[in-house]
Amino acid sequence: MEKTINLKLKIWRQSAPDAKGELVSYDVKDVSTEMSFLEMLDVLNEDLTKKGEEPVEFDSDCREGICGTCGIVINGIPHGQEKATTVCQLHMRHFKDGETVLLEPWRAKAFPVIKDLVVDRSAFDRIISAGGYISTKTGSAPDANIIAVPKPDAELAMDMAACIGCGACVAACPNASASLFVGAKISQLSLLPQGRIEAATRVQNMVAQMDAELFGACTNIQECEAVCPKEISISAIARMRREYVKAAFK
Amino acid sequence: MTLDSKIPAGPLAQKWDAHKAAIKLVNPKNKRKYTVLIVGTGLAGASAAASLAELGYHVKSFCIQDSPRRAHSIAAQGGINAAKNYPNDNDSIWRLFYDTIKGGDYRSREANVYRLAQVSNNIIDQATAQGVPFAREYGGNLANRSFGGAQVSRTFYARGQTGQQLLLGAYSALMRQVDAGMVEIFSRREMLDLVVEDGHARGIVVRNLVTGELESYAGHAVVLATGGYGNVFYLSTNAVNSNATAAWRSHKRGAMYANPCYTQIHPTCIPVSGDHQSKLTLMSESLRNDGRVWVPRKKGDKRPPAEIPDEERYYYLEERYPSFGNLVPRDVASRNAKQVCDEGLGVGTTGLAVYLDFADAIREFGEQTIRERYGNLFDMYEKITDENPYKVPMRIYPAVHYTMGGLWVDYNLMSTIPGLYVAGEANFSDHGANRLGASALMQGLADGYFVLPYTINDYLAGVKADKLHTESDAFKEARNAVTERVNKLLAVKGKKTVREIHRELGHIMWNYVGMARNKEGLEKALQEIPKLREEFWSNINVTGSDKNLNKALEQAGRLADYLELGELMARDALNREESCGGHFREESQTEEGEAKRNDEEFSYVAAWEYLGEDKIQALHKEELVFENVKLTQRSYK
Repeated sequence: MEKTINLKLKIWRQSAPDAKGELVSYDVKDVSTEMSFLEMLDVLNEDLTKKGEEPVEFDSDCREGICGTCGIVINGIPHGQEKATTVCQLHMRHFKDGETVLLEPWRAKAFPVIKDLVVDRSAFDRIISAGGYISTKTGSAPDANIIAVPKPDAELAMDMAACIGCGACVAACPNASASLFVGAKISQLSLLPQGRIEAATRVQNMVAQMDAELFGACTNIQECEAVCPKEISISAIARMRREYVKAAFK
Repeated sequence: MTLDSKIPAGPLAQKWDAHKAAIKLVNPKNKRKYTVLIVGTGLAGASAAASLAELGYHVKSFCIQDSPRRAHSIAAQGGINAAKNYPNDNDSIWRLFYDTIKGGDYRSREANVYRLAQVSNNIIDQATAQGVPFAREYGGNLANRSFGGAQVSRTFYARGQTGQQLLLGAYSALMRQVDAGMVEIFSRREMLDLVVEDGHARGIVVRNLVTGELESYAGHAVVLATGGYGNVFYLSTNAVNSNATAAWRSHKRGAMYANPCYTQIHPTCIPVSGDHQSKLTLMSESLRNDGRVWVPRKKGDKRPPAEIPDEERYYYLEERYPSFGNLVPRDVASRNAKQVCDEGLGVGTTGLAVYLDFADAIREFGEQTIRERYGNLFDMYEKITDENPYKVPMRIYPAVHYTMGGLWVDYNLMSTIPGLYVAGEANFSDHGANRLGASALMQGLADGYFVLPYTINDYLAGVKADKLHTESDAFKEARNAVTERVNKLLAVKGKKTVREIHRELGHIMWNYVGMARNKEGLEKALQEIPKLREEFWSNINVTGSDKNLNKALEQAGRLADYLELGELMARDALNREESCGGHFREESQTEEGEAKRNDEEFSYVAAWEYLGEDKIQALHKEELVFENVKLTQRSYK
């Protein structure tokens, strides 16, 4: 049932990539528990605009948990404490009246802050362009049913393909490792027969690019799996390592 | 200006092949001398960019998001149609063509729709080869399911995330071309003007959304794949950044806008919860495969749904449309939901909702099977509403979802500006007055993978591969116009926020240009919208500067365009004194309350030409010719 709550927000404000940032406190009143977290920020921004202050910048687009655009560290947890949820799908019914809530951007050397809560995640695009694909030209594909795929493999590939590229895994990792993101793509493609052909070069090139982007190494802490809004299993990282070893001995 | 659709002569089934055979080619060595600018990286834009780059053209690809992978195609849930006939249920290219043109209520071109059905199978092949993890049977073959408006199972799907998977497939093809040095990606860029030189599209002006700088890019051709304009209604299933600006700016540079009144209201969305609402969330049409739609027979029946016995439930779609039942097309399902709610039978706190009930399906197939089919949708529903749809029926209501109208294009997907191509939802071409489910993904990818890579050669073969520059008068003029507009938005310093005025526009559009329209209401909208536009330009408050990331400024620019486009939508709806598909004029309905077309007078595409500030657009008509299908009153009974 709908009710309203009051909150104190402490938000990271940073006017430009090289500017010094700071936490600024805001009171938000009469927040409907039916609102999403981002709708609550919309209301705050309306108030700030009315007062002539600059709104808090944050990224969001689809607002249904699939585009991977949004991402805020809430009380120390990327996307907040609800399991399997992006910020846009996090609703205010999970907060208590009078609570203080801390909002920070993703923190990682490879994701520099652009402004306030907005970061640059283009490193992910560069990793995909290093090999996160199957080389097939438009028009050259055979009939789709020529490539039969065992259902369990197809299902597991889909589990891995569900990654939305939000970067929460990196933000949660003390090493700022991108292993879950990279492992998920490598797993998806290596589980499918059509992806086997380039399996060795793919894993080598993507891992090399991940390192070049200054993401840290994985030390099996598992924070990434805990915060992943699509619940991608760290078995993705194990599979990436197996593929990497296989490639080394090829 | 005359409209030439350039539809090839000859029998329907041979038009596309004949056309391809006649198209001029560009020699592989010469292709690398041409640059194509592609705006938008959804299904249409990403697939076009990847495919043109594979051919050897230099491609510059632009998107407003931080990554091309985030375009709103990603949110499409249910599936993609193709005429594979894998289930052996007698599907064929003809049937897919026929269902699509009938579903569009006979307001699209036969030749375009037939081509779409023809290439549909290649799309499934292409996506599978890219590693798109479509649902499969135990034997390893691809699985199908049913969608609205069809009596065969021709929809391929990847759980409830088909759009995401197809987009990531196209994105991977695009990124492969980035790696190959054939595509340059420009993300966080918003196209704010089109540059037309000597009557040809030659470039674009974009704003770098991070630095605020204006940047100019020149190309030998420009492709817009910038999506639809559903956000005119403020609340829609579109992403919050989806907008019509690139298309509208191009309209003002000479591209005609076709059938703007054709908007799709999707029947199964999560109802509005309050004024704070920033967007509406769709629940895939695929749910109607297993869910049953109903309302209580008695007005104001407040009992919990489980306590209402079967005989006191009104399964209105099953009763009214026995042959299609819950799988009637979207326009029909939406209008019926509105009707029962208007009659006072709606449920939930607002009375603006109907039930979508899975109890029978769960009894028949078990909860596990239903979870496998729709798990992510059920989870999403529960997150938003705090109700468990495995236990209680979903509450749903129609919401603005897709816009069939868009920039006018010929058979080659070229607009009325030579060299400006328009693909995907941004064009008007294939869905007529109503789009069937699982057809948007098909069209976006058909345009990008299999149509543009052929037709654009024909144009470029006739264009000199001269050196590109951005210092001509046309570029300077466009840059000046954009600068002036940005400054004007920042200079108003009024009292109202962008969101407030956008919400007001949304109310006008929903009330008068929404699910049911009439002359009086449309005339009212034509008075109200200009007034609101005036208020916008005299009382808007945009904080911050144009020198860095400023989302309020971005949204203000988009709203300024909606305030013009909304008016054209109302004008087009007023002009079309018939009902067809999603355009329902209350004055034109059958005795049973279905949309009643007037083929004698309105069997045409309405293309609007921009004539200047504060002037009313001129209407041009492209007559639709039907040689292969017989126009009938659409019936799903």
